[in-house]
Amino acid sequence: MKVHNTLATQTTRRVFAAGAISVAAALALTACGGSASTAPSSDATKPDLKAAGAGAITMWVDAERSPALKDITEKFKSDTGIEVKLVVKDFAAVRDDFITQVPTGQGPDLIVGPHDWIGKFVQNGVIAPVELGDKAAQFQDSSIKAMTYNGAVYGVPYAIENIALLRNTSIVDSKAATLDEVVANGKKAVADGKAAFPFLVGMDPKQGDPYHLYPLQSSMGSQVFGKGADGGYDAKQLLIGDAAGVEFAKKLAAWGDAGEKIINSNITGDIAKEKFLAGESPYFLTGPWNVPDVQKKGIKFAVDELPTAGGEPAQPFIGVNGFFISAKSANALATNEFVTNYLTSESAQDSMYAAGGRPPALKASFEKAASDPVVEAFGKIGATGIPMPAIPEMSAVWADWGATELAIIKGQGDPAEAWTKMADSIKSKIGG
Amino acid sequence: MPKPDLRELPATQGQPTPEQPVSSGARPGSGARPAAKPARHPDSLKGTILKVVLLGLVDAFAVYVLMMLFLSQSWAALAVSSLVVLAINWIYLRKGGLPAKYLAPGVLFLLVFQVLVVVFSGYIAFTNYGDGHNSTKDDAISAIQLTAQKRVPDSPAYKASVLTKGNGFYLLFTDPSGKAQLGSSEDPLTEVPEAGKDSTGKANSLPGYETLKFQEIVANQQDILKITVPVSDDPADGTLRTADGSTAYQFKPALNYDAATDTFTDTETGTEYRDNGKGAFADANGETLATGWKIDVGMDNFARAFTDPSLRGPLLGVILWTFTFSIASVALTFVMGLFLAITFNREDLRGKKAYRILMILPYAFPAFLSGLVWSGILNPEFGWLNQTLLGGANIGWLTDPVLAKISVLVVNVWLGFPYMFLVCTGALQSLPSEIDEAARMDGASAWRVFRSIKLPLLLVSVAPLLISSFAFNFNNFNVIYMLTGGGPRFADTDRDIGSTDILITLVYKVAFGQGTGRDYGLASALAIIIFIIVATISAISFKQTKALEDVN
Repeated sequence: MKVHNTLATQTTRRVFAAGAISVAAALALTACGGSASTAPSSDATKPDLKAAGAGAITMWVDAERSPALKDITEKFKSDTGIEVKLVVKDFAAVRDDFITQVPTGQGPDLIVGPHDWIGKFVQNGVIAPVELGDKAAQFQDSSIKAMTYNGAVYGVPYAIENIALLRNTSIVDSKAATLDEVVANGKKAVADGKAAFPFLVGMDPKQGDPYHLYPLQSSMGSQVFGKGADGGYDAKQLLIGDAAGVEFAKKLAAWGDAGEKIINSNITGDIAKEKFLAGESPYFLTGPWNVPDVQKKGIKFAVDELPTAGGEPAQPFIGVNGFFISAKSANALATNEFVTNYLTSESAQDSMYAAGGRPPALKASFEKAASDPVVEAFGKIGATGIPMPAIPEMSAVWADWGATELAIIKGQGDPAEAWTKMADSIKSKIGG
Repeated sequence: MPKPDLRELPATQGQPTPEQPVSSGARPGSGARPAAKPARHPDSLKGTILKVVLLGLVDAFAVYVLMMLFLSQSWAALAVSSLVVLAINWIYLRKGGLPAKYLAPGVLFLLVFQVLVVVFSGYIAFTNYGDGHNSTKDDAISAIQLTAQKRVPDSPAYKASVLTKGNGFYLLFTDPSGKAQLGSSEDPLTEVPEAGKDSTGKANSLPGYETLKFQEIVANQQDILKITVPVSDDPADGTLRTADGSTAYQFKPALNYDAATDTFTDTETGTEYRDNGKGAFADANGETLATGWKIDVGMDNFARAFTDPSLRGPLLGVILWTFTFSIASVALTFVMGLFLAITFNREDLRGKKAYRILMILPYAFPAFLSGLVWSGILNPEFGWLNQTLLGGANIGWLTDPVLAKISVLVVNVWLGFPYMFLVCTGALQSLPSEIDEAARMDGASAWRVFRSIKLPLLLVSVAPLLISSFAFNFNNFNVIYMLTGGGPRFADTDRDIGSTDILITLVYKVAFGQGTGRDYGLASALAIIIFIIVATISAISFKQTKALEDVN
């Protein structure tokens, strides 16, 4: 009996000991594992035509874009024998997953996303520049500018996205050039009983919505960052707190809850859409993503240029969607071939447009898509827009910017004071 | 299976079957047990087959994993996994050691899913892991080198073919004027007029060399991508490289890395960037290069949690609110659940079942969904509460700091009371009814019976659940994040922290939120602080509840 007893306890002790060793080893592994697991096998002293890693390219896409890429990946496979594996990922998490997984060697070769991810990607060293050469001229200028960071192009653009002013033509039949006219028209419609809200723009009740309000801000001459010598945004030149910005803050208070209620902090994006679809407002400041639903509802609408609030042109932020190559792709050459020679083709850009409905970045494809007046109108407005800053410092701006705008719209505190405080806070965060 | 070893058999056992299972062996004196009930033996034929099949499956999977680890050259993980596999086989193939056989899977899962995770996040708390410090120094250096390659302005695009001779790869370039040149990393660019050209004028072959097809190029891509052909003797002209095997451009690095001194030098300005000891390359003015790497920072993250001016102030408020929130949540849900449990426990109540089902409904919804729904209901202007119940009053349920706290609590009570209701109903029904009768016979009032008898008895079984409920609410992420997102924001900090933020939402915002970028190191440090708080309080509370048991 005794023998059994001691034996049993010894075993358990040994199990625990083994466990402890494995934990320690695993720890050591996590501490130094990055280099061990990802060292490329470059011991080809002699051309080995069957070397591993030439079989397939992995690409992370979202469910919507994945089908649009089928044709072009099939063509690539029949031309080169290389398969492009489309891995459908949740779009909300894909950026962070990419940043954490590329260094471990588990990331994909390619990823689809908006250009304002570039800054974070470069900061974390996870994407490689793409050299488009002469092909760059075949794309809309603004899309290449958006993909350029620190003087290098980091992605192949395929779609440009920006907001515009949707107008319900059965309520207001003529286009307005300034926000004052828009407001006047809207108020008249409300007074006539044709509408319940003069103007709609969705607000996030927790974070505000600087993106949607930006055309109004830029039309008053207020920018976020100045530009450096290479034409890119320069984090050292924070312009948001300048006099024009303060003027905008004051206007925001006047439009807000305590003022004319043109911009209502309680109207979320969903509520705004619902009210516009119900025909309760003549104007809706939104992007092309809401257009299909408006069309489905049978509402007669026009896509108007963004109204100016301060005399200068109302420039929206443009977001450019594109393809980025991982810095640690084991299949970099094939990936580059696919990206620069296949995804830049007209047919690829056409099918991406057919799936997403966003104006294509390739000029030839855009001209075809522009036969649709809605696309043409959005595209025209986008041509005047400015690329959303992609520098990593931008992430420090969004939260403060949105929260301050929200507070001002709600009528909390003095707008000029709040705005200046916001600029100081952003500056301290970027500096530190 | 080898024949059972009879030598270890205790003589007193006197059973024909060898090797009693340890369950009997471990219990002293069990040898005297009558042999009438022979235990089902693990070494029976069925048992053996089952063992072989299960172990075979486990081993097959293990071999697959080991192969994958071998291919990805993760040597440390391979060594650990092999040891674990050997240990598992040893445990299950040998005779005896039954406790180990029972314990092994649990211990393994405990190590993998609990200990490893905790140890790893503990380790992260002592590093600067986060945005910009994402990987190793080697990775950072190669990423900087990669992004530092800039195309020489206005340089032409060359068509390129890949050739091979002997063991080396060569690039055959055709410049825009149609001139063919050959080069490799070792051999400088030389003109080769004898090169053969295709219909587009692109040079694609050269006598004595073999032209690679695309598949062959891809198969050797790592070597081909490494080829850098100097354009001329002047390094300022840069080098020719190809990214896709068919087009080459003139590149020049904006930064040069010197491995001997571990410095990057700007090729234009001559500025030197050195390892600043904080996981980044920085110049004399403190300007850092974009990509950094992960380093160990010791207690820095813990120090920052209490010294960072944008965190220090709000952190205290957040800790206080976290306690208020979790204690109030537990107290309110318990009082409400208990009250309802007593009410619905009355024997003379009709339709009890229907009521009870109704009561439990909030518990059946996922909390994050309820949070979103309530956030809509409480919208000041369009929310159902203000619109329908309060006649269009504009009350900022989620936007006023005080009201937002109250709203969060109310919603959490709505979500949490069904649990307490269930628990209390169960506990009440298990109380013997004689106590109640006896107390009443002695003339005690209903309240007195409840206060002096039922409640103390109830608390004995419910108190541990209250503690776990406290721990749960301490980290009740769903309600806060979905209902208010932590807002309305504090005015005195530039971080995205608000008056309904509890510690866990604060950690989430630090780790994943917008603002100053993700900072896993700081978030892990905060998580450890939370763990210490919760563990301390739970330990103290459990000690206290032992006293309650004396009531029995």
